[in-house]
Amino acid sequence: MADPLSYRIRVNGQSHDVCDAWIGESLLFVLRERLGLSGAKNACEQGECGSCSVFVDGQLVCSCLVLAATVPGAEVVTIEGLTAGGGTALTDVQQAFLDEGAVQCGFCTPGLVMTVHDLLERDTLPSELAVREALAGNLCRCTGYGRILAAVARAASGRAGTNRDSAR
Amino acid sequence: MVITRERRTTGTGVSVARPDGVPKVRGEFAFASDLWMEGMLWGHTLRAPHAHARIVSIDPSGALRVPGVHAVLTADDVPGRATFGLVVPDQPVLAGDVVRFAGEAVAVVAAEHPELARQAAAAIRVEYEPLAPLVDAELALGAEPIHPDGNVYRQLVIRRGDAAAHGPIAVEGEYEVGMQDQAPLGPEAGLAVPADDGGVELFVATQYLHVDREQTAAALGLDPQLVRLTLGGVGGAFGAREDISLQIHLCLLALQTRRPVKMVYSRAESFVGHVHRHPARIRLRHEADRDGRLVRVEGRMLLDGGAYASTSVPVLVNAMSFAAGPYRVPTVDVEGIVVRTNNPPCGAMRGFGAVQACFAYEAQMDRLAAACGVDPVELRLRNAMGPGDEFIFGQRAGASFPLRETIRACTRHPLPEPPVQSREAGAADLPGASGRTTEEHDVRRGIGFAVSVKNLMFSEGHDDLSTAHCRLRDGVVTVTCAAAEVGQGFVTLVHQIAHEVLGVERVVVAPADTSIGDAGSTSASRQTWMSGGAVLAACEAVRDELLDRVARDHAVAAGSLAVRNGSIVGTDGSRGVDLRVEDAIRGVDLEATRVHRHRPTTPLDADGQGEPHVAFAVAAHRAVVDVDVELGLVRVVQVATAQDVGRVLNPLQALGQIEGGIAQGLGLAVMEEVILDQGHIRNASFTDYLVPTALDAAEVLVDFVEVPDPDAPLGAKGIGEPPTISSTPAIVAAIRDATGVPLRRVPVRPSDIVGPSSGS
Repeated sequence: MADPLSYRIRVNGQSHDVCDAWIGESLLFVLRERLGLSGAKNACEQGECGSCSVFVDGQLVCSCLVLAATVPGAEVVTIEGLTAGGGTALTDVQQAFLDEGAVQCGFCTPGLVMTVHDLLERDTLPSELAVREALAGNLCRCTGYGRILAAVARAASGRAGTNRDSAR
Repeated sequence: MVITRERRTTGTGVSVARPDGVPKVRGEFAFASDLWMEGMLWGHTLRAPHAHARIVSIDPSGALRVPGVHAVLTADDVPGRATFGLVVPDQPVLAGDVVRFAGEAVAVVAAEHPELARQAAAAIRVEYEPLAPLVDAELALGAEPIHPDGNVYRQLVIRRGDAAAHGPIAVEGEYEVGMQDQAPLGPEAGLAVPADDGGVELFVATQYLHVDREQTAAALGLDPQLVRLTLGGVGGAFGAREDISLQIHLCLLALQTRRPVKMVYSRAESFVGHVHRHPARIRLRHEADRDGRLVRVEGRMLLDGGAYASTSVPVLVNAMSFAAGPYRVPTVDVEGIVVRTNNPPCGAMRGFGAVQACFAYEAQMDRLAAACGVDPVELRLRNAMGPGDEFIFGQRAGASFPLRETIRACTRHPLPEPPVQSREAGAADLPGASGRTTEEHDVRRGIGFAVSVKNLMFSEGHDDLSTAHCRLRDGVVTVTCAAAEVGQGFVTLVHQIAHEVLGVERVVVAPADTSIGDAGSTSASRQTWMSGGAVLAACEAVRDELLDRVARDHAVAAGSLAVRNGSIVGTDGSRGVDLRVEDAIRGVDLEATRVHRHRPTTPLDADGQGEPHVAFAVAAHRAVVDVDVELGLVRVVQVATAQDVGRVLNPLQALGQIEGGIAQGLGLAVMEEVILDQGHIRNASFTDYLVPTALDAAEVLVDFVEVPDPDAPLGAKGIGEPPTISSTPAIVAAIRDATGVPLRRVPVRPSDIVGPSSGS
């Protein structure tokens, strides 16, 4: 007999049955351990480091602080859902992280990529201070943030260029 | 700095892209905590709530009644050696009779769900008889031993020169360094899988697979061949993963349950699950002539090693080696002691003893400069060692020791704009940051300078070799090396070396595991030199065999060919043979294994003299800070650095190492400290243990000083540690400059600047 259905959640456009779950499981745990979506990371599991960042109905959240049982009906997007095409497709932010050397151990990287997407959706040409403030909820222990700030600047200016081109 | 975008896209000296970059930005890179296996169980560790206690009894029956629990193991269940340790095995795998620090592992549990495992661990009844904890390093010397091995890990002196020599100018100070946590973002994690042959496979995030295997096999009572380790993706390390954490526990549980077992530490557990940077108390007295030339340095260092030995002994050797820094000192008399206490164990962290010493000696150099009326940079130049000069332990600096060049290069960086003068201009650039708490008229700017030296590789006679295997087959180069990639970019370097040597585009770095020989630890700034050297030698051996074959086939003299720009050509530039590598390797299957060893070193003698270290790297840092002298808030505006790197192999990765290392030095300077209360960590979370954020990070200016080391296989020195060493004293010197407060302790807290003890 199949395990009893606990609830159903939508992640990256797909519906997933979550079965036989403990009610206290975080969205982070369910994504990682039940759905095999391990892109969101478990660095502090108390909402301090941003490595588990995902979108829930378009809002950037720390998935470690969200009970999975509270998200049925919502649309969850994880790092795996940023590049729907699969393969080796990269977003402009992901490409900028590579080009500027913003990746070292990479544990903070998925969360930072999500945060930078969120920032650039809200503010297409953020000041350096706005970038630093937006990133202040994401801890990185390897880079000292220098290359990450450079990556954000590159992605932002890339988008500004694209906007200018399309406005012409 | 500006990274030059060269046309060349491969080989050494170029910012080649990381091979693991794409999976990392896509969230697909498999870290140890991402591992999953059908039917796996979850492990959990029960930890002691006392810093010092006798264990009267352990009753696991409550845990075994929790549904879904498959094993509960205590000290009695360890089949082999009951203890582990990097240098001496003095730490119990699971505490049996006595617990010696708060958080020591007492039992481990495996269950079908991590929450069940937690509940089961909580249901184990342990009766403790609490004992008075020994938490003051100074008292450890005279106290009743808290371990059969005693309370002193090592005591040593460095003594040289004319004991009667004194200088007319003297400065003396006592300095303290708090306990720093490595705080890698990836928590301790692993997955152990029982094997059919009675052995076990362990996938784990570590810095050193082979030493983990040695210790794990000993505890399991198994032949090391039956304990096979593979590196799981490592989310940073910085020293925290050099010791055993969950390796043995996981294997015990997997062998007991015959099921795969996964364990991931929580952040709070991570704080007690790995070693920290040694807290230190250092007293130094510097005497100089009236020009500021050092005559004599004397003093004492006391390091708190915590409950178990870990790497306390080599940490002390480093701290003592660099007690006076990279300066010429004729007369030295320094004593160093590292002791056992009931504080959490201390061991490796980036900088490894050199950090604590540097904070003290650079503060002293500034005080000496003031006492002599000499500019602090000039004072350092006057005393700076050069190639061939002797360290205080009697060894001479090698040919690559560009300290003066490094100091001068650092001072050439431009200074930042003055602090903002009006709130409208950008209040968040003020020390209060986005809190907007700082009034601009309270802001004082300060500038500080510091210099450091670090040894590379293991010391005192250790033969920390590295092994690499290269195979050229079907047009692909596969390099196997057990060196742990922890984020630093060693895998990129492997690609660069293999491509440069063999001229082959398709390079694969095989998973790091224990199927090949030892590569040594990813620590001590050693992998570029040691494993880079082994990879280079293995690739060169394959290349030489390939060239010999081509020479035979073309009937030209052996040794007359070389690989250049993807082609095999005559070394004399002749066009006798001009063959594309791609064509030459068709159908070829060649392989070679090579071991790289560094030159031998010797232990320190009774006077602390010898040839203990392999090589050295120096660095200089200049920090600019803005301090709110009303609130005691500090903003580090800029850190400029020049670093002796030997040779830059990948400019972008080198820059990333230096920026990241400076952020950790900044952390120690102004915010990072594990707060202890009677041996208990009071801030074991990222809420309370402050790691620098993007708002705290300073502008960083970097200059590489390139004097290739003739002993280094690639000319390159390790670059990971120096940025963390002198950035801290430079920042504190800048705060002193801004405030006039002596500041003898790091991290500097607001109350040190404005509180009653600040003297301001």
